[in-house]
Amino acid sequence: MVGSNRLSSRILFLYVPLALFTIFLLFPFYWMLIISLKPNSLLLNTKVNPLYLTEFTLRHYRYLFENTEFPRWAWNTAVVTFGATLLSLTCSILMGYALGRFRFRGGNLVGTAVFLAYLIPPTLLFIPLSQVVVRFGIYNQYWALILTYPTFLIPFASWLLMGYFRTIPRELEECAMIDGASRLQAMWRIVMPLALPGVLSAAIFSFTLSWNEFLYALVFMGSGQMKTIPVGTVNDLIRADVFQWGPLMAAAVLGSVPVAIVYMFFVDHYVSGMTAGAVKG
Amino acid sequence: MTTTPVRTIAPGMPLPLRQRIRLWIESEPVLAYLFMSPGWLILLLFMSYPFFLGIWISLTDRTVGLPTGEFVGLRNYRDLLRDGVFRLTVLNTFIYGFVTVPFKLLLGLLLALLLNQAFRLRNVLRAALLLPWIVPTALSSLAWLMLYDPVLSPFSWLLKDWGVVEGSIAFLGSRVNAIVSLCVANIWRGTPFFAVAILAGLQAVPHELHEAAAIEGANAIQRFFAVTLPVIRGIVVITTLFSIIWTFADFQLVYVLTKGGPANSTHIFGTFAWQEGIGGAGKLGMGAAVSLYMFPILAALSAILLRYVRSQET
Amino acid sequence: MAEVIYDHVTKRFDSVVAVNDLTLEVKDGEFLVLVGPSGCGKTTALRCLAGLEEVTSGDILIGDRVVTHIPPKDRDIAMVFQNYALYPHMTVYDNMAFGLKLRKVPKQEIDRRVKEAAEILGIQELLNRKPRQLSGGQRQRVALGRAIVREPQVFLMDEPLSNLDAKLRVQTRGELIKLQRRLGVTTIYVTHDQVEAMTMGHRIAVMNQGVLQQLDTPENLYDRPANLFVATFIGSPAMNIFPVKVVSGDGAYRLIAGEVTLEVPPSHRSRLADYVGREVLLGIRPEDLEVAVSNEAQRGDTVRLPVELIEPLGAETLVHLRGPAGTLIAQGEPRIRLNPGDVVTVRVRTEHLHTFDPQTEAAIF
Repeated sequence: MVGSNRLSSRILFLYVPLALFTIFLLFPFYWMLIISLKPNSLLLNTKVNPLYLTEFTLRHYRYLFENTEFPRWAWNTAVVTFGATLLSLTCSILMGYALGRFRFRGGNLVGTAVFLAYLIPPTLLFIPLSQVVVRFGIYNQYWALILTYPTFLIPFASWLLMGYFRTIPRELEECAMIDGASRLQAMWRIVMPLALPGVLSAAIFSFTLSWNEFLYALVFMGSGQMKTIPVGTVNDLIRADVFQWGPLMAAAVLGSVPVAIVYMFFVDHYVSGMTAGAVKG
Repeated sequence: MTTTPVRTIAPGMPLPLRQRIRLWIESEPVLAYLFMSPGWLILLLFMSYPFFLGIWISLTDRTVGLPTGEFVGLRNYRDLLRDGVFRLTVLNTFIYGFVTVPFKLLLGLLLALLLNQAFRLRNVLRAALLLPWIVPTALSSLAWLMLYDPVLSPFSWLLKDWGVVEGSIAFLGSRVNAIVSLCVANIWRGTPFFAVAILAGLQAVPHELHEAAAIEGANAIQRFFAVTLPVIRGIVVITTLFSIIWTFADFQLVYVLTKGGPANSTHIFGTFAWQEGIGGAGKLGMGAAVSLYMFPILAALSAILLRYVRSQET
Repeated sequence: MAEVIYDHVTKRFDSVVAVNDLTLEVKDGEFLVLVGPSGCGKTTALRCLAGLEEVTSGDILIGDRVVTHIPPKDRDIAMVFQNYALYPHMTVYDNMAFGLKLRKVPKQEIDRRVKEAAEILGIQELLNRKPRQLSGGQRQRVALGRAIVREPQVFLMDEPLSNLDAKLRVQTRGELIKLQRRLGVTTIYVTHDQVEAMTMGHRIAVMNQGVLQQLDTPENLYDRPANLFVATFIGSPAMNIFPVKVVSGDGAYRLIAGEVTLEVPPSHRSRLADYVGREVLLGIRPEDLEVAVSNEAQRGDTVRLPVELIEPLGAETLVHLRGPAGTLIAQGEPRIRLNPGDVVTVRVRTEHLHTFDPQTEAAIF
């Protein structure tokens, strides 16, 4: 704001609304954390104020590791996330490069198709896709998710990288090719290092989206030991109507921490990728 | 012309086959399609193929566990139109998809304007407030599930403590309560996305414009409408359309909070398709039909979005 | 080092013909300038030679090798781009060493060549910097250095000076000429700046709309332009052009336009024979119009014209005269005293007149 820096108006128009937003947006996390640390005796006592923690325990976390399949779910989630991210990045770098760099007939049409693919939600496809997964013999295997997650990761990442590649001057590559590089060498040694911020954005996005995915994981890998953290937590830790809130919230905390950490480290890349998605589609 | 006579090149041998193949492969159009092929292979196998397979399945009575089903024509679609639960599902999806958006937009805009001010810890707060959008929705929805718990809800506790209500509130107990609760959780999740997208737009507003408008005597509100809004309009429209599409096709939040209950009264397309096709009776044909009912709406929204993005590019 | 030959090279982009049947030969060690207005095809011609564009038809030779279908990396050329195209993530040293590393040149050899080139260009101090830490002039030198270390058969330069400020451009121009003469590497230099073309090239190829107009030495290009385009493109201020009628009588040919009558020198008469009674285009360079304040009577090589405007440029004064068909610009003495409205006597150096066929625009003499 240009003027109006008086303290009272700043409090009223800036700090108070910001505080309200902070409470609204972060309270569920606070709650998650508290409950995961709260002894059951305290949890079920409706007389005491539930918003504070008068004593805390780590037994919910211990329960999670000793009495549930949580470690296995975490492993599954990690395998699927890394696999899908790696595969999607490889495909997207190539596709984004082709769309951003090469002149070819139908280039615009392909770009539009990629954009539209980005808009197709999993809820539209999951039933027939489950049949495809079964038919390919990858049902309840890591491949079921590693191969299907790219359907929503590749369109987004390609779109993002296409924009990135376009910002790198063509002359750099041409110069490299005259200097003695083949096209692939020029791409690898000149374009890729310069596109690294974009690649990082795409990687972080793919990582979080894969980690967070729920529907495909539920339908294609939702039985036995192959569950991911979100699916396992929601399906296995809620048994009938007996909510084990402590372990549930502990699992929610642990399942959120990896993405939160990755995100906190690369927040600027994440935001620039996100707005690229919003602005350029 | 005074050009010196040029030594003409003897008509060369035709290029060897191998060199011609290499030339062909390294030409830009060929290389482009070559580069795109891995990506398209995946998209064709796991997106296009299932899409058309889905249309076929929706015309059969295929069920889980049986290899194929009988062709039944449009019976699944017709049966759905007569199904009260499905009609309620359509209504719920529209409420869920469209009613939450103005709230997300308004709150997001407000938050963006706040975060665009200079204050200490601004970057920390900006990062922290995006968390609802970042963390796995299924897991954050669990937190909301507990916040809405009939016995343990801290909201109920506070309201009772302040003497506003007598007993606990059944947040998810009735259709109206449950839908409102779902919408609140959805607004909570979506607001940061709007805020960050709009914030990026705000940062593109040239500072001189504000100063010029201020010199001409415009107050903060007038400046917002005259200077800020025109610049961020594109971002606002695109973000809104994206949000509608995603909310419309949501699944996790409703699945975790209500599973469509109580009494199948809070389903949206995604959860109802899951219940019909996978979860309950495993009627794949019926489930596929439920999903495909989304398609015309999604197609229309996508077309609008595509046209808008195109117009912004030029 | 090698000669370069374009043999009937044509490059088409969809329906646009960027280079049309270009045939020219660049001699070993020659500095050849490709000049023309923007969009004339000069850059496309250069890019075809570099292998960055595939020619539509025709062949290109470097040395004794037909390189038409050889990828850029195997053509043994080096190119300096307009925006220098320095690799932003590499130091100056690595920028210069990049091409040699790709060619698996031994480490010591790379080091020797890079340091040598750096010394020639006076950029030894910059070797560890990144391109963004350099000034425009320094970047230009690095781009040049990157080409030099490669010791290629041909240097290609695409407007390498146009991103420098005026003063630096003149200085670098001189250095570039000296460097090329010293290294003796065949150089093809693209520019739209005719001053650069005139000062730098052994020979100049003028292009327009994809077609080679004239290939000649700077002197010939200036004194004997092959056609109207070359005549008006080369020289600043541009050659004055106006239509005149060819009249013969008394054993002399005269060119008449309104009040103005000029006698054609005997040496040129024979070429005009076919044009007697017809119109041709007359071209006079500004320096061939000599402005005198005196009031002499009109002769066969003088005309009297009113002054429209005076532009004192310091070393010379441009006098705008109201000619028979629009303004004529004459190059006058630096401290000439004239006012708009004055009528002056102008002596035309008729031995330097140019005439062009109005249809074909080709030079008559």
